[in-house]
Amino acid sequence: MIEIENVHKSFGDLEVVKGVSLTVDKGEVVSIIGGSGSGKSTLLMCINGLEPIQKGSIRVDGIEVHDRATDLNRLRQKIGIVFQQWNAFPHLTVLENVMLAPRKVLGKSKQDAEALAVKQLEHVGLGDKLKAFPGKLSGGQQQRMAIARALAMSPDYMLFDEATSALDPQLVGEVLDTMRMLAEDGMTMVLVTHEIRFARDVSDRVAFFCNGRVHEIGPPDQVIGNPVQPETAAFLKSVK
Amino acid sequence: MFDYSFQWRPALRALPDMLAGAWVTFETAALSMIFGVLIALVLTVMRQAPNRLLRGVGNGWVSIARNTPSLFQIYILYFGLGSLGLHVSSWLALLAGITFNNAGYLAENFRGGLKAVPGTQMRAARSLGMSAFQAYRMIIVPQLLRIVFYPLTNQMVWAVLMTSLGVVVGLNNDLTGVTQEYNVKTFRTFEYFALAALLYYLIAKLIVGLARLLSWRLFRY
Repeated sequence: MIEIENVHKSFGDLEVVKGVSLTVDKGEVVSIIGGSGSGKSTLLMCINGLEPIQKGSIRVDGIEVHDRATDLNRLRQKIGIVFQQWNAFPHLTVLENVMLAPRKVLGKSKQDAEALAVKQLEHVGLGDKLKAFPGKLSGGQQQRMAIARALAMSPDYMLFDEATSALDPQLVGEVLDTMRMLAEDGMTMVLVTHEIRFARDVSDRVAFFCNGRVHEIGPPDQVIGNPVQPETAAFLKSVK
Repeated sequence: MFDYSFQWRPALRALPDMLAGAWVTFETAALSMIFGVLIALVLTVMRQAPNRLLRGVGNGWVSIARNTPSLFQIYILYFGLGSLGLHVSSWLALLAGITFNNAGYLAENFRGGLKAVPGTQMRAARSLGMSAFQAYRMIIVPQLLRIVFYPLTNQMVWAVLMTSLGVVVGLNNDLTGVTQEYNVKTFRTFEYFALAALLYYLIAKLIVGLARLLSWRLFRY
């Protein structure tokens, strides 16, 4: 379970997240939508401690993420994250990209890590690209590789930071399909996304962010289908 | 108007000794590059550190190494340490001096290289649970070394040529030292130094060639 309580986050004088509280249950898929600069991606980076927070608390399975005593390297093993810019390691082959963390962080043997990586890569449809370098792949393939890389750590949670925003339109579908597959497998997921229809399809709950706060939250049919807040309605109208 | 007659035979007779000297030169240059690269990597990370003391030491090293003559650096290491009661051999003073110099120049190259590796690479590595050290070692440094590879080979050549400064602290078994000894005995200056220059050229080529071989992994992609 991810418990976010009254989190404040600033960059210098600019407060980006202004007191957000949100709970994500095991097996739940929560989508965060909202305009750019509303603090949604920043919140995601705070969940696995890639960004420090100024106030409030975030607990993952009861562990305080921003406590100095917390072993973040260990905690991050169970929180996978996929970035907007996919962030493949360009100097490693597709297979090596996915094998690296299981070997070096989890301490698996080379054979085990390789078998695991091959399985994950086949799962996302990249079984024929094992020896390729990321530079030779399309954006969609690189993003699917990034998903496989995160999954190879057998995480309990997956965070997606606008995973399809930097892709060419015709490549968005393949990545969304992969994410849908994960959601159907029961993975606990937090998605920051601009794909409203997708969010409506896969989410258990949708949160609309506005000005660094959760402005409206609820089941997708309510928040997206029939929003209460005028700002939510205006946002949905602007992205359609 | 030109009544110097070349006599190559004595120079060629000295060739075995000069080759032995060339080996010392090669060894010194190679060691100073290996230590120089390792220290430069540490300096590069130190200069990024939030800790002021680490940053200060890193910046101080680079600043002194780059802005003082390498001749003085070797002198000071040899005579300066000697007057403090720390006696080092000519060879060690030379190696330490060039390594100090190399590390400073390389750290500045690496700083530029580090800027060219996107910050998101570090984020992605850390998000997989890697420690900062693992992320640097497995993700950042391999990309950095490829970016700085050509300036790095430049520095390698420079390191080979800088070893000739060992003669000022009395080093007599490297290529310059050996050449100089033959020179003062015979005054066949042109022949010996021409031969030595040729050998320096070959050593520099060899070192860069070896670096290319070792770096194949950097250029796989």
